[in-house]
Amino acid sequence: MTEQSDRTPTGKTPIATSSRATLRGRPMLYTEYARDQALLNTPSKRLWTALLVITMFAMPFLPFITRSGLSDMTRLMALAIGAIGLNLVTGYAGQVSLGHAFFVGIGAFTGAALGGSPTTNVVGYELDLLIWLPAAGLVAGLVGLILAPLAARVRGLYLAILTLGLVFIGEHIFKEMVFISGGQGVGRRGPSPSILGFELYVPHEILGIQFVREAPFFYFVLILLIVMGVLARNLARSKMGRAFAAVRDRDIAAEVMGVPLLQTKVVAFGISSFYGGVCGALLAVAFGQLTPENFGGLGGLLLSVQFLAIILIGGVATISGPIIGASFVVLMPRLVQAYAGSIPFVGSGSLLSVQQLEGILFGVLIVLFLVLEPRGLFGLWLRVRNYWKAWPFSY
Amino acid sequence: MVMVRPLSDALTSTSVDVPHGEPILTVEGLTLRFGGTTAVDGVAFDVKRGELFSIIGPNGAGKTSIFNCLSGVYRPQEGQLSFLDEPLIGARPDDIAKRGVARMFQNIELFDNLTVLDNLMLGRHQHLDYGLLSGMLYVGKARNVELGNRRIVEDVIDFLEIEAFRKFPVGMLPYGVKKRVELGRALCMEPKLLLLDEPVAGMNVEETEDMARFILDIRSELDLSMVLVEHDMGLVMDLADRVMVLDFGRRIALGTPDEVQNDPEVIRAYLGEGDDGPTIEEQAAEVAELSEEEMG
Repeated sequence: MTEQSDRTPTGKTPIATSSRATLRGRPMLYTEYARDQALLNTPSKRLWTALLVITMFAMPFLPFITRSGLSDMTRLMALAIGAIGLNLVTGYAGQVSLGHAFFVGIGAFTGAALGGSPTTNVVGYELDLLIWLPAAGLVAGLVGLILAPLAARVRGLYLAILTLGLVFIGEHIFKEMVFISGGQGVGRRGPSPSILGFELYVPHEILGIQFVREAPFFYFVLILLIVMGVLARNLARSKMGRAFAAVRDRDIAAEVMGVPLLQTKVVAFGISSFYGGVCGALLAVAFGQLTPENFGGLGGLLLSVQFLAIILIGGVATISGPIIGASFVVLMPRLVQAYAGSIPFVGSGSLLSVQQLEGILFGVLIVLFLVLEPRGLFGLWLRVRNYWKAWPFSY
Repeated sequence: MVMVRPLSDALTSTSVDVPHGEPILTVEGLTLRFGGTTAVDGVAFDVKRGELFSIIGPNGAGKTSIFNCLSGVYRPQEGQLSFLDEPLIGARPDDIAKRGVARMFQNIELFDNLTVLDNLMLGRHQHLDYGLLSGMLYVGKARNVELGNRRIVEDVIDFLEIEAFRKFPVGMLPYGVKKRVELGRALCMEPKLLLLDEPVAGMNVEETEDMARFILDIRSELDLSMVLVEHDMGLVMDLADRVMVLDFGRRIALGTPDEVQNDPEVIRAYLGEGDDGPTIEEQAAEVAELSEEEMG
C-alpha cells in the first residue's frame, strides 16, 4: 500500500498499523485491500475451515468411519473435483455442458492406459501416478480445447444438445478403442496409484500408526481436492473468473468491455475438461474396474446429469458448492439404505425398492432446489449465516 | 476539513497525442442497413479532442445504431470510421475497447450477479497484465496487480460516490446507482473517448443533476472527449459543445446548441409542420355529414 491509503481524512495519523491489535471486536473493518480481498477474510471463516480440514484429516481414525465409508469419501472428493470443473464452465461461464462425462471418461481411460498393467487385450504402461494423473487431465483438457471453438458458436439449449452428442460419440470411441478400454461389456482394470514407489492402495504403518488400505489414497485425493479447489477459487476471483461471469451475464457488454468472447469460452472449456480428466483418473482408481458404459452412452448421460445435480444442489457458481453437493449425492443413498428398514412400504417385495426411493428423492430434491433455492445448499448456508450475522435484528 | 484524495495517475494521465480542438474521431458517409431499413444514412461528423459532442434526434433516428457501429457491435455497410487515425470498421468490440473507446449502454448492461467492485474490475480487464496460471496461484504478480487495480477502482468509486454499494450485487441496486456504476465501469477502462448512451434516461431531477455534475467533473478532471446521446434537451443544450441532430438516419443539423435550436429543419423534425389538423368548422361539417348519412 502506498502511504496515501493509510491516511485519515486529516492526513496525519494512520488508522492502524497493526489491525489485529487495535480492531479487536470489529473483524470486518479492513484497513488494507489485501485483507479485504483475502479468501478467508473473517475469523469465523478461518476457524470453520481449519476445523473442517482437521476433521477430514482425522477421518480414517474416527471410530464410526468404516473402510467402505472411507472409499465413499474418496469417491465423493473425486466427484467434487470433477464438479468444480463443471461449475467453472457451467456455473461461472454459463455454458451448459451435458458432455462432462465424456471428458471424465477420457481422463479415466488415459489414466488406466498409462498407469494400469497390460493384459492380452489392453495396453498398460504401469507409469507413476505423478505422470498418469497430470496426463489424464492434460489429454482431457486438450480435447476440451479442440472442441471448445465449436461449442462456443452456440449457447443455451443448443449447447446442451451439442454437448449431449459428445457423450454418445464418446460411447462409440471408448467401445472401439479396445486396446485402451477393453471393449464393450468387458472393460479393464484401473491404474494402480503409486508415487515414486510408494503404493497408495495398500495398508501402511508409518511412525507406528496403522493406516488401512484405503487411507493413503484418501489422503492423496483430499490434498488434491484442497489444492485444486483453491486454484479454482483463485481463478474465479481473478481476471479470468470475472471474464467468465461477464460472458455468462451479458456477452455483448463483456466484449465491449474488452473481454474476448471466443478466447474466454475456450479457456473455460479447457480448464473444465482438465478438472474432469483428473476426476476421471481418480474415479478409475476408486472403481477398480471400468467399462466404456461407465462414461459413454446412457451411463455417461447419467454421470453428466449427476455432475449437474451436484452443482445445482451444492450451489451454482461457487467452489464450496460442488463439494457440498458431491457429499450430498454420495452420502444420501447410503443414508437411505441405512434407514430403509424403518420406512414403511420400502424394501424388497414392498411398494418401493430402495433404489426407486433413492431415484425419487433425488429427482424431488433437484426440483425443489431449482424452485425454492437456486443457489443450492450454499445458498441455504448463506441464509443461515446472514440471519445470525444480523441477529437479533434479522427479519 | 475533508481531504479529497486525488484520482490515480492511471485515470488522469490518459494520453492522447492530439492537441485540443483537433478531431480524434472522424465519421464519414456512415451507412447501416437492416435488410430494407436504412438505420443510418450517410452520416458524417467528427469529435474533437476534449469536446463534449452530443447526438440528438427523435426515437429511431439512429443514435444508438451509430454507437453500436463505433463500438464494433454492428458492422456498417458503407462509410469510414477512424479513431486516432486508425480505421474502426471490421475491428472486434474487445479490440476497439483496447484502443480506448468505452461506452455506457442505454438499457443498463451491467453484470447483474457480480458486485459493484467486480463490475468495475471488469472495466480494468484489459489493464490486468497477468496470465491464467498466475491468477490461479494468486501470489506475487497477480496479487499485486489485483491490489494495485483495486486502488484505481476505489478512486472511481470515490469519484462517483458509490462507496456504500461497493459489495452489493449490481442486480439489487436502484436504477440511478446502476447508471453510475455503468459510468464507473467505462471510466475504469481508462478510455480516450467515452460514449454515453442516454445517461439520464428515466432519472428524476436530482439524479439528472448529479449525473450532469459527474459529466462535468469527468471533463475537467480527466480531460476526456465524450459523445453524448440524450433525450433530455435541457441537459444537452447546457453541456454540449456541439450538437448533431438526426432524423430517420440522416443528419439534419450540426452546430452549437444555439444554432441547432433555431434550425427550421430541427423544429420540423421535433414538432412536425404545416398540418395543424382540421379546424372547428371542418369538424362541424364532418359531423353534420355523418349524421345526415345515418338518417339516410
